[in-house]
Amino acid sequence: MTEDRPTPSLDEIEARLREARRGSAPAHDPSAADGADRDNGRGGLGLAFRVGVDIVAALVVGVGGGMLLDRWLGTAPWGLIVMFFLGAAAGLMNVYRTVNGLGMGVGFSPPPAQDGGQSNGSSSDDRQSNQSSSDDRRT
Amino acid sequence: MATDPLHQFQIQPVVELPRVAGLDLSLTNSAVYMILAALLATGLLIVGMRNRSLVPTRLQSIAELLYEFVANLVRENAGAEARKYFPFVFSIFIFILFGNLLGMIPGTFTFTSHIIVTFALAATVFLFVTILALVKHGLHFFSFFMPAGTPIALAVIIVPIEVISYLSRPVSLSIRLFANMMAGHTMLKVFAGFTVSMGAALGAAGYAFGLVPVILNVALIGFEILVAFMQAYVFTVLTCIYIRDALELH
Repeated sequence: MTEDRPTPSLDEIEARLREARRGSAPAHDPSAADGADRDNGRGGLGLAFRVGVDIVAALVVGVGGGMLLDRWLGTAPWGLIVMFFLGAAAGLMNVYRTVNGLGMGVGFSPPPAQDGGQSNGSSSDDRQSNQSSSDDRRT
Repeated sequence: MATDPLHQFQIQPVVELPRVAGLDLSLTNSAVYMILAALLATGLLIVGMRNRSLVPTRLQSIAELLYEFVANLVRENAGAEARKYFPFVFSIFIFILFGNLLGMIPGTFTFTSHIIVTFALAATVFLFVTILALVKHGLHFFSFFMPAGTPIALAVIIVPIEVISYLSRPVSLSIRLFANMMAGHTMLKVFAGFTVSMGAALGAAGYAFGLVPVILNVALIGFEILVAFMQAYVFTVLTCIYIRDALELH
């Protein structure tokens, strides 16, 4: 019974594996693109939630830090007031970076490899062009 | 108890232990599930990889899949240089994933729905990344808080904003995970509670109408399992991105 199907040799298995991998490799890229598309389609709610969390987190840190400063230095209510606005600014900056697809980074700067001499004026354009490449970093 | 949607988040001691130096050392349900998650994850990998066969068994497939998934994540999001931090990222991922998924079993406790747990995880990541950057770049690390090309005059405003933005990372990381898990589990419980209260109020007709929330809950549980994966994934991706930021300080 079993003689009818001889055991495939390792070479044959290897060839089949390679074929299977080659078959799956192109399939992998569309699936990745599909994943990105799905990300964008689903993005509305997910992005809204992320943006909300980003603002809240920065405000929590700002207000909490301000209140701690007040307690230590006895400067109430100035620490709270100043840190509240700084926290709000930080939150909005987080959102700006998130929405532009600049990654999560504090102190983000566009990779210098993209084009050599970038001045201050063109850096915002750089960030825009960098958007697509860092898109896959968005979650 | 049955209709209180927040009852599931209560911390209860499982094994009462005496207080030591003012600390309650009792083993709580939260701690039990954390230990369980760690044991299950370790067990899955050890048992799965025991045979190391060329043709993997089911368990070995799961273990290899997990490994490759996280390895790819690290490679794509943190760069090749970050591969030596793979064990750290993998531990984080699998612990959160198991915590989320264990919570999907009815009657279990979801420890990732507690902000103190997620904040501890996020703070671990934050400290790790900060120390990594400090060790790697020394004092140059602080240039992080001054984006390239900022006029010196603006430093007074920009530096505190960037510092707050940096410090808000662990907070947003932990809030994201905890809020997703807690909201999902509360929602499930609220919908399930509708059926119970309808049945109590309207009798047989109430139970008939009560089928609607049950059907909704079936869909929601599927969604929650997706969220459980997604949130573990998001936490891991962000960890990788932070590691990349620390390695490639601009």
